[in-house]
Amino acid sequence: MLSKLEKELLVAVWDKLMPVAEDIGADALLRMFTTFPKTKTYFSHLDISPRSDHLLSHGRKIVAALAEGARNISALTTTLAPLSRFHAYQLRIHPTNFKLLSHCILVSLACYMKDDFTPAAHAAMDKFLSAFSAVLSEKYR
Amino acid sequence: MVQWSDEERTIIQDIFSKMDYEDVGPRALARCLIVYPWCQRYFARFGNLYNAESIQNNPLVAAHGVVVLHGLDRAMKNMENIKSTYADLSVLHSEKLHVDPDNFRLLADCITIVVAARMGATFTPRVQAAWQKFLAVVVSALTKQYH
Repeated sequence: MLSKLEKELLVAVWDKLMPVAEDIGADALLRMFTTFPKTKTYFSHLDISPRSDHLLSHGRKIVAALAEGARNISALTTTLAPLSRFHAYQLRIHPTNFKLLSHCILVSLACYMKDDFTPAAHAAMDKFLSAFSAVLSEKYR
Repeated sequence: MVQWSDEERTIIQDIFSKMDYEDVGPRALARCLIVYPWCQRYFARFGNLYNAESIQNNPLVAAHGVVVLHGLDRAMKNMENIKSTYADLSVLHSEKLHVDPDNFRLLADCITIVVAARMGATFTPRVQAAWQKFLAVVVSALTKQYH
């Protein structure tokens, strides 16, 4: 899975992102709602217009969970167990949507980091997001 | 039939007018081969693809990246008719090159990432949505003649 170098790359990317972490979360969500409108069906109870409080706070939650996962990469299953149960038994988001949000997170990173989002960083982040998504959908069945 | 709004048409043409094909093409294809290494199966005759550095410096990868971008240019110039414009290309990719069409989406995603990195904040969510709609139509047209 993730090599030692890739884990280091991930830590480096998250460190660079910390100042704008919340914005990245909200930005990725907004990109996902705009590009893949069917994803909005899970948010009919919230106001997800640009710069809304709900969007920002939801973006924050997602980035906090990702950062927590990045800090505990070798123990993703245990670290994410509560979130995993939440997604399986309560949210029940169709697993294809994890790929859509992951892609939009990568696009947000590319827009923010530009040339610093090297192919190596992209690969490491893509693998991390895949692993993260897999754990989140692990308890679905 | 794909419907394009005036806004979408303008967005797509604008992106292409500002794009350096010789830069985006090679970067996107190299990125695809690095991030999704199984795609290398179609490029065995390109020689040295051993690591990220070799892929990024490989002249055959770079040249092919430019070919791909010029293909997209044709789609952009025939937006009302991408399906028929790409009919021959689709047959080529299925009958001769035997490319698994799921891989088209991976290259499309890498092109999006490279364009996003070049455009930074001007690659807004609305611009992204129009761009991805365009690429989805391209991918669908390329997959059309598979059977």
